[in-house]
Amino acid sequence: MSNINFLKPDRTNLNIFLYLGSFLFFISILDVFLNSFFRLNLTGFLPNFLSFLLPLILGFVGLYFIRIEYSGIKNLDLLNKHINTNNFNAVLSLLIIFIIIKSLPPILSWFVIDASFAGDTKDVCTGSGACWTYIKVWMRRFMYGMYPNAEQWRINLSFVALVLLGSVGYFATDKFKKYLTLYYVVIYPLIAFLFIFFFISGGPVFFDFSYGIIAAILSIIIGFFIPSKFKFYYFLIVPLALYVILKYFLFFEEYIELGKLDGLNWVETGAWGGLSLTFIISFFCLIFCFPIGMAFALGRRSEFPLIRYISVGFIEFWRGVPLITVLFMSAVMFPMFLPEDFFIDKLVRAIIAISLFEAAYVAEVIRGGLQALPRGQYEAAKSLGMGYWKMHIFVILPQALKLVIPGIANTFLALVKDTPLIFVVGLLEIVGMLNLAKTNPKWLGFAMEGYVFAAIIFWIICYAMSKYSYNLEQKYKTDR
Amino acid sequence: MNFKLKDIVPQLITVLAVVLVFGFFTYNAQINMENRGIDFGYGFLSQESSFDVQFSLIEYDGSHSYFRAYLVGLLNTILVSVIGIIIATILGVIVGIARLSPNYLINKFAAFYVEFFRNIPLLLQIFFWYFAALRALPLPQDAEAMFGVFFLTIKGLYVPAFIWQNFNIFFYSIIAAIIAIIVIRAHAKKVQENQGKQIPVFLISIGLIFILPLLSFLIGGVRLSFEVPVLKQLATTSFIYEGGVSLPPELIALTLSLSLYTATFIAECVRAGIQGVGKGQKEAAASIGLTPNQVLKLVIMPQALRIIIPPTTNQYLNLTKNSSLAAAIAYPDLVLVFAGTALMQTGKAIEIVSITMFTYLTLSISISILMNWYNKKIAIQEK
Repeated sequence: MSNINFLKPDRTNLNIFLYLGSFLFFISILDVFLNSFFRLNLTGFLPNFLSFLLPLILGFVGLYFIRIEYSGIKNLDLLNKHINTNNFNAVLSLLIIFIIIKSLPPILSWFVIDASFAGDTKDVCTGSGACWTYIKVWMRRFMYGMYPNAEQWRINLSFVALVLLGSVGYFATDKFKKYLTLYYVVIYPLIAFLFIFFFISGGPVFFDFSYGIIAAILSIIIGFFIPSKFKFYYFLIVPLALYVILKYFLFFEEYIELGKLDGLNWVETGAWGGLSLTFIISFFCLIFCFPIGMAFALGRRSEFPLIRYISVGFIEFWRGVPLITVLFMSAVMFPMFLPEDFFIDKLVRAIIAISLFEAAYVAEVIRGGLQALPRGQYEAAKSLGMGYWKMHIFVILPQALKLVIPGIANTFLALVKDTPLIFVVGLLEIVGMLNLAKTNPKWLGFAMEGYVFAAIIFWIICYAMSKYSYNLEQKYKTDR
Repeated sequence: MNFKLKDIVPQLITVLAVVLVFGFFTYNAQINMENRGIDFGYGFLSQESSFDVQFSLIEYDGSHSYFRAYLVGLLNTILVSVIGIIIATILGVIVGIARLSPNYLINKFAAFYVEFFRNIPLLLQIFFWYFAALRALPLPQDAEAMFGVFFLTIKGLYVPAFIWQNFNIFFYSIIAAIIAIIVIRAHAKKVQENQGKQIPVFLISIGLIFILPLLSFLIGGVRLSFEVPVLKQLATTSFIYEGGVSLPPELIALTLSLSLYTATFIAECVRAGIQGVGKGQKEAAASIGLTPNQVLKLVIMPQALRIIIPPTTNQYLNLTKNSSLAAAIAYPDLVLVFAGTALMQTGKAIEIVSITMFTYLTLSISISILMNWYNKKIAIQEK
C-alpha cells in the first residue's frame, strides 16, 4: 500500500476508497431510513443540530470517496456519471434521496395503511389516514352528478356505445380509410349528439331517434347493393330522405310504439354532473372548437383585408379575456342579447362559450403550422392549377396539421382542465360535486380525500392524452 | 385600381354577417332592457357602493364609489399576478435547468414535478390548497413563530410590517442604482464589442444595488423599523394577531397554486429554449477558449432567450388571466368584487361584464406589447 491521500481519491487505492465510501454512504442512507420508517434515531446522543446534519455529511464524504474516474467497475462508473459528477450534484442527489425516504412513510400511511375502506358511514373513519369510505359512498354523485340512480345505465350505455363507435378507426380496412375523416368530422359527432340529446336527456322526443335509427339501418343494408360509383351520392341523400318519408308519410303507430322505449324520463341538464359531464363538455367543445379555430386561422392568413381584420379581432379578443369572464358573459349577459321568448339551455350556452374561447387558441396554433410551411408548397399547389380550397384541403392543411399536433393536444388538454370552471353557470362536474359533498353536514372534514381523488382522475386523463399526442406526433413525423 | 367582384363578394358577405349578428344582439338587448326597465349607462360607477371588501391595498369601505371598488379589485388582481409571475419565473427557470441536468435523480425529480402539476386542473389545485392544505394549519394561539417573526396560521400569514422614515430618499437611491446599472451595462457591452474586454457587470450591479440604498441609510437619514405581529386575546378562545401585515389565506393559496402550476409551463419553455441552441454552438464556443460561464453567458443564453421569451410571455398572460379563478375561493379580485358583488347589487350586466373583459384585454395586450418590444430588441439583427 502506498501512501493514501484522503483528500484525493484515486485508482491506486481503489478498494480502500470504495469500501470506505460505500460504507459511509450506506450508513447515511440507513440512518435516514431507520429514522423515517421506524422512528429510531441512531445519532440521538449527538447534539440536535449535528444529529440532523450527520447523514448528509456522512453521505457527502462517502460519495466524495467513491468519485473515482475510470475505476473500471461498470456500476461504479454509471453511478458516478449519473448522480455523482461533482460535489454540488452529490449534495443534491443525497437531498433528493433523503426527501424520498422521508416522505414515503407519511404518504403510504395516509393513502393505505391508516386509511379506512370499509363501511358506509362516517363513523368508520377514525384513523389518521384517508377516509376512502367517503369516496365510496359518494362515488355515484362524483361520476353522474344528480342524475337519478335508476337512470344511470343510460349514461353508461351511451358512453360505451360512443367509445365503441369511436374506435371504428382502428378496425377500418384500407378500403374505408378515406371515409374516416368524414366519419369523425361529421357523422360521429352527429351520432354522439343524438345519443346525448335523446338518450341521456330522454323524454318524448325519442320518437325522432327511433326513426333515425330505422332510416340509418335500412339505408346501410340497401347500401350494400348500390354500385360504388353512386355510393357517395346515395349516402348523401337516401338516409335523410328515408327519415323524412318515415316520419311524415308512413305513420305506423304500432312501430312507433316499438321504437319509443317506454319509460325514458326527461332528465334536465341541471341534474347532470360529475365526471360524465366533464366528458360530455370536453367532447363537444373539442369537436366544435377545431373547425371554428381552423376557419379563423385561415381567415387570419386570408388575402382579403376585411376578413383578416375580423379574424384578428376575434382571436385576440378571446385570447385576451379569462374563461371565467366568458362564462360569466354566457350566464348573465348572453340572455340579454337573445329574443325574449328564446331560451337556450345553460349547458349549451357553456359549451358554446368554451368552444369559442378554445377556438381562438386552436386558431393560433394552426396559424403557427400554416406559417411554418415553406412558400414552395403554396406555389407548387397553385402552379398545378389548384384553387384556394383545393390547395388548402389537399396540400396545405394536411401538412400544417401534422406540424401542430403537439400544440393542438396542449390546447385540448387545457380544455379538459378548464371544464371545472363551469361552476360559474351553476353546473357541477366532478370538482363542483366535490365542493358540494364537502359541505354535507354528515360528511364534514373530508375535503382532502375528495380533492386527491379528483386530482388522480384528472391526472390520469391528462397524462394519457399527452402520451397519446406524443405517439401521434411520432407516427405522423415526416422527414422534410 | 381594378376591383374584382371575386375579391369583394366574400368580404362583403363576411362583414354583412358580422354586422347582422351584432345588430341582432343590440336590437334584442335594447328590447330586453326596455322590458325590464333597465337603462344603459356607466353613471353607476360614481354611486356609493355600500359593500365591504375583506382585503384591499387602498383605503376602501362601503361609502366609497363603485369605481373605487373596481380599483380595489384591479389592484388585487395585479398583486396576485405580479407575485405569481415572480415566483413562477424563479421556480420555472430552476426546474427547467434541472430538467437538463446530467444528474439522473435531479432530472427525474424535475420531470416528476412538471408532469404532476401540469396535468391537474388549476381550479382543483386552488381548492386543494385553500380548502384542504391551508385548513390544516394551526389556530392563531397555537401557531409557532418562524424565525421569531412570521406566524403561519389558519387565518393567514402574519409578517412584520416595515415602518419607514424618509422613504422617498430610499426609493430615489434604488432608482439611481437601477439607472447606474443600465448605464454600466450599456458601457460594458460597448467595451466588449469594441475591445473584447469583459467587465464584471454582475458583481458591479450587485454592489450598486446594495451600496446605494445602504448609503441612503447612513447619510440620507432613512430609518427602518419593524412592527412585529403580537398575539391578542379577544375572547376566551378567540385570538388574533395585531400589528404587522396579514396576508389572507386566499392570497396564499392563490399565489401558491398559480405559481406552482405556471412554473411547470415556464420550465418546459426554458428547457426547450436551452435545448434549441445547437450543440455546435457550445462546442464552437468552448473550442475558442471561453470558460463554461462565458459560454453560458455569451453564447447559450442570448440565443436561448430568443426561443424562451415568446412562449413565456404567453404563460405570463395565462397566469394573469388564471388569477381570475380567485373568485372561486372568494379572494376579492376584479371578477369577484366587480363582476360578482357589484353586478349583483346594480344588475348592470352588460356594462359590468364588458368593463371587466375590457380590463383583462388591456392587461393582456399591454403585457404582450411590452414583451414583443423586448423580443424585438433581442432578436437576431440579420445583416
